[in-house]
Amino acid sequence: MPPIIQGILNTSISEGLVYAFIAIGVFLTLRVLAFPDLTVDGSFVVGGSIVAVMIAGGYNPFLATIVAFVGGLACGAITGLLNTKLRIPALLAGILMMVGLYSVNLLIMGRPNIPLLRSVTMFDSIASWFGMARSTILVIIVFAVIAFIVFMLLNWFLRTEIGLALRASGDNEQMVRSLGVDTDKNILLGVAISNGLVALAGALVAQNQQFSDVNMGIGMIVMGLAAVIIGEALIHPRGVTSMLLAAFVGTFLYRLFITIAFRLGLAPGNLKLITALLVIIAMAIPYIQKKLRHEWMPPAARW
Amino acid sequence: MGENKSLLQLEGITKIFSRGTIDEVKALDNIKLDVNAEDYITIIGSNGAGKTTMLNLIAGVFPPERGGKVIINGNDITGLSEYKHAAYIGRVYQDPNIGTATKMTIEENLAMAVLRGQTRGLRAASNKQRRELFRSTLAPLGLGLEDRLNAMVGTLSSGQRQAVALVMATISKPALLLLDEHIANLDPRTAQIVLELTEMIVRQEKMTTMMVTHNMELALKYGNRLIMMHEGKIVVDLNQDQRTGLTINDLVTAFEQASGRKFIEDKILLRR
Repeated sequence: MPPIIQGILNTSISEGLVYAFIAIGVFLTLRVLAFPDLTVDGSFVVGGSIVAVMIAGGYNPFLATIVAFVGGLACGAITGLLNTKLRIPALLAGILMMVGLYSVNLLIMGRPNIPLLRSVTMFDSIASWFGMARSTILVIIVFAVIAFIVFMLLNWFLRTEIGLALRASGDNEQMVRSLGVDTDKNILLGVAISNGLVALAGALVAQNQQFSDVNMGIGMIVMGLAAVIIGEALIHPRGVTSMLLAAFVGTFLYRLFITIAFRLGLAPGNLKLITALLVIIAMAIPYIQKKLRHEWMPPAARW
Repeated sequence: MGENKSLLQLEGITKIFSRGTIDEVKALDNIKLDVNAEDYITIIGSNGAGKTTMLNLIAGVFPPERGGKVIINGNDITGLSEYKHAAYIGRVYQDPNIGTATKMTIEENLAMAVLRGQTRGLRAASNKQRRELFRSTLAPLGLGLEDRLNAMVGTLSSGQRQAVALVMATISKPALLLLDEHIANLDPRTAQIVLELTEMIVRQEKMTTMMVTHNMELALKYGNRLIMMHEGKIVVDLNQDQRTGLTINDLVTAFEQASGRKFIEDKILLRR
């Protein structure tokens, strides 16, 4: 394989694996719970900030990664509480959290960014166990193992009694309540898990790129959305397993697309615009198709 | 009777909406009702009489005004949240889409319903044994749903969906079944089928049932007790003996006597 293609594939695979957690997070809130959660842009950085501060402070990188995950859980739980207990619309609750978390992340890090070049990250630790140097292949393997564990856990969890109730809460909240389930608790749990996964992605990305930056979360929600939409368009998921798979496939293809675009000379600054356009096109297509067939389509939700 | 077989007691139930505004409505006005175990009550009344408000209140969608009490099986559940009421109460709504999760399979819907009132854990939501239970519960309906456990509920007809909703409301054998005009949205033939299924399940499980309907004929034909509501009050309450032999015209007369109003204006609302 020519080295350039090898390079593109390596980048797409490793990034596809780690950013897939964001896609799964977006999928959990938006598709499973029907809860458009924008906390993601903030909680991604929460993961990066916590991991950077702890690793730079000499803590065990595995512990730091777990704490980052828990930090994300907490962010999601707060968004869930704002929505279920204070009745703030989901979209607004997420925006409020995203804005608030920007300051929180500055507080956690104490400055806008922390480099981890000379610190021991999770990848350095794992490399040293096997007496080898840190490499792209190692990173891919570590990401793959974590992605596999997350995939299996969610695939199991969403089929349990609690998981089923969680899914049903997004489908028909009133029915779920009438069957004796506290839907508030389910929504809280789902949004928490989603943001926990997003923070885990933030923690892994920060360790891979060896720095954490307060701005690294901008547009993560749109990227996750793009990945979910691409995955769904290709796989047409019907069950839990295929929905999770779609998130991975969608993320991989999105990263592949982006990586190739970069190689072809796309300026990094234009990435967000391209992503936004991608999502706009994907979301407008069904409406335009119906319009051409003179079919009616309900107005879009405003909340 | 003599012995205490009361399953549901409503005491001093008043419900006021939009209190303190010009839209203030007294939807329920000091209701007292004793529902005996195995009662099958049909509830009629014109629009705004308080039928659905009463069912919502029993189901815990909102609490009564201070002083009102909802007691089921001897437990005072006044003011508890809806999902706690649900441990005792199965409910079928007018809109089949409310009673079922359309983007989930029949099996998943029933797996949700079978755990009514129980703590949900990390066990698999469905298994071979439960699937057998679902099949054997669906088979007597005669709709062939037992062979379609993996079908999305959204792909079923509204009659089939309402049948699934009915099974979901009753599969865990709750103490009380609430039917809120559950056949009003169905075409006449499907309505008849769902009504017969209801009759079959209620009889078989000896389920205590309250059915709201706009249809006076149905109200007389089904059940063993008839309640008529008007302006938030129960104005007529007939037991099996009092009900036997009554015609729709008798009901109209009873309504006029109880409400002190000519029936004409409600003629369209209370379908004959």
